[in-house]
Amino acid sequence: MLSRTADNLYWIGRYMERAETAARLLEVGARIALLPSAAGYRNEWDSLLQAGGNADAFAKKYGDPVQRNIESFLFFDRDNPSSVASCITAARENGRIVRTALTAQVWDALNSAFQELRQLERMPRSELELSRLTEWTMRHAAMVRGAIDATLLRNDGWDFLNLGYALERADNTARLMDVKYYVLLPRVDFVGSGLDNYQWTTLLRAMSAHRAFHWAYGGEVTAAKIAHFLILNPQCPRSLITCAEGLAGHLDRLAKGYGATTEAQAQARLMRDGLAETKVEDIFDEGLHEFLTRFIRQAAGLGAVIHDSYLSGDMG
Amino acid sequence: MTDYFNEMYQAGGVRAPYARLEDWMRAMPAELRSLKQAEAEALFRRIGITFAVYGEGGDPDRLIPFDMFPRVFTGAEWARLEKGIKQRARALNAFLVDIYGRGEIVRAGRIPSKLVYQNEAYEKAVAGIKPPKGVYSHIVGVDLVRTGPDEFFVLEDNCRTPSGVSYMLENREIMMRMFPDLFRENRIEPVDRYPELLRRTLASVAPEKCEGEPVVVLLTPGHFNSAYYEHSFLADLMGIELVEGQDLFVQGEFLYMRTTEGPRRVDVVYRRIDDAFIDPLCFRPDSMLGVPGLMDVYRSGGVSICSAPGAGVADDKAVYTFVPEMIRFYLGEEPLLNNVPTWQCGKADDLKYVLANLGELVVKEVHGSGGYGMLVGPKSTKEQVESFRARIMADPAGYIAQPTLALSTTPTFVAEGVAPRHVDLRPYCLVGERIELVPGGLTRVALKEGSLVVNSSQGGGVKDTWVLAE
Repeated sequence: MLSRTADNLYWIGRYMERAETAARLLEVGARIALLPSAAGYRNEWDSLLQAGGNADAFAKKYGDPVQRNIESFLFFDRDNPSSVASCITAARENGRIVRTALTAQVWDALNSAFQELRQLERMPRSELELSRLTEWTMRHAAMVRGAIDATLLRNDGWDFLNLGYALERADNTARLMDVKYYVLLPRVDFVGSGLDNYQWTTLLRAMSAHRAFHWAYGGEVTAAKIAHFLILNPQCPRSLITCAEGLAGHLDRLAKGYGATTEAQAQARLMRDGLAETKVEDIFDEGLHEFLTRFIRQAAGLGAVIHDSYLSGDMG
Repeated sequence: MTDYFNEMYQAGGVRAPYARLEDWMRAMPAELRSLKQAEAEALFRRIGITFAVYGEGGDPDRLIPFDMFPRVFTGAEWARLEKGIKQRARALNAFLVDIYGRGEIVRAGRIPSKLVYQNEAYEKAVAGIKPPKGVYSHIVGVDLVRTGPDEFFVLEDNCRTPSGVSYMLENREIMMRMFPDLFRENRIEPVDRYPELLRRTLASVAPEKCEGEPVVVLLTPGHFNSAYYEHSFLADLMGIELVEGQDLFVQGEFLYMRTTEGPRRVDVVYRRIDDAFIDPLCFRPDSMLGVPGLMDVYRSGGVSICSAPGAGVADDKAVYTFVPEMIRFYLGEEPLLNNVPTWQCGKADDLKYVLANLGELVVKEVHGSGGYGMLVGPKSTKEQVESFRARIMADPAGYIAQPTLALSTTPTFVAEGVAPRHVDLRPYCLVGERIELVPGGLTRVALKEGSLVVNSSQGGGVKDTWVLAE
């Protein structure tokens, strides 16, 4: 297939996943903000922006991080390339460019998300509860995902879509976990306290993984269990290892279909095997934040290799 | 008050091809009609057929209005048109091969040399090239109007990249889906072979250097182009890649596209971009849409370009006047379809006549298209006529004038019910190894009462066009 077509499919996956993450970030933030705030804390909303990697852009445009502005920034703002509105618009535009590589159902799902978004944008903000915005985003993300799984041909295009989803999800899960780091950083003595556990639970909720976690582990919520669940447990749909398996699997399918391997397969396998051998103690020995930072960098590196191997059109 | 030919109603009653439509129309309750109209619009929107009008702003996803009342030709009427259209397509291609070759028609004094060789659309870069099968224009859109039972005129030829064929196909799909009974009661020739015929036509002109099954691509300016829907629709139906300039590159003597499996050679480019943008090294250096070096590959026979660069000179509005002459010169036949009498404002005598009768004439820019820069004398105010007069006098050679034709009308659904509206017709003639024409075309209708301008950019709509099987 054309490299540009593959590139557009890959970015549909990335943008849809990113839109969902923006909504999840909003949800984490809103819940954490419900905690009684104590002196010495960083502003919780600020930590959200730090984790999302766009605190500077926000400060430049809005100044102080108050909830309403953060909602604007993460949901509606077209100047923020990672806002829900920007991502859904971009995903739909990518879809329009490669209409012939999509089924009518996938296009319908992308297009109706976009059309409804335009209606939301015209509504007065006072009528739009935060929870409504986040639920709306997740519903449409699920509809697009469902249409892809139910109707799309399992060809190389399907692999590129899924590579986009998996890579973005890996990056986003790591970033969402890192929110915790930014929130707690100033007061190490909170670790293990009731407050600490409340924040971990909030994080699970934001990943729609709260109940799943309890089914899988039971008992007390501890940092070690959560790190294991979100990083190393292949049952968790958003865990880093699940994403790494998705990346390696789809790249292997491509290599088989094309009859040729590239640097991307080697790197994906390295990522997956590395995680499979990691123990939760290793992560805490290294430091959770350090581990996550390293992983985010590794994922970005894999993204660059996928681009060079398949999407740029400049190879061999 | 001009008398217009109504294609359905005549003094003697309903004309034969429309007989069953009369019953259909009478039997349809008003509620059902608005229901069906809404259904049609929803279908178009879902399919994604929209049309952005340059420079008008507004909704980029605007729909072209679709009128459900079909336009009908008998088999005999069509047989006559078909012969005339194919004759024209052959002559236009013979003309192009000639003027980029020995220029016999100019030497014979049948067409002024200046009009050909100093024409803006004449591409010196392709002089001396004879494209595969001697075809320059592979899709010829011949715009026709009707003024009486047997009177048809060619309004203009489109030899470059005529658009609108997706509407011909989709209008039919939607009518069949909404009114299956109509298609059971009437024997209507199908048009859905068009994409297959187009693909065959394009493959048939692959260069001699092509090995194996030709790889054909459709080159689009991109998704911001107003006809992007049509480009992706046709590529999809033909099963060929829809490429942009950035997807293609030249290496050695061939053209390649960038794929996820590495470079793949391309043999035939069905381009939907203008000559000027094809190759920045050869034409406009600022073009980001084309492929650097493409013209070198083309000239050395490594790739075919459809339509071939330079084809535009044949559909120039000033050259149009000479098409009947081309038919006589190259084919030794009499033209089966008439031209509209045309005055060249560049000629002193013609200019004098045009300026004296401006209120009755239609005046067009020679290089304009899409109904822009056009004056319809009888439908214009005094101020509009006067301001146009000034424009003509500033650049006489830039304008031609034609009598205001009494365009035929067909019944059309309007707010008050059914009323006659003016129509034209664009069939799409395919020229490759063979010359093919699917029985049908795009009927455009001026939805405004009394309007003679059918362009979609000027409030025109479209209709399904039927040819009845004999």
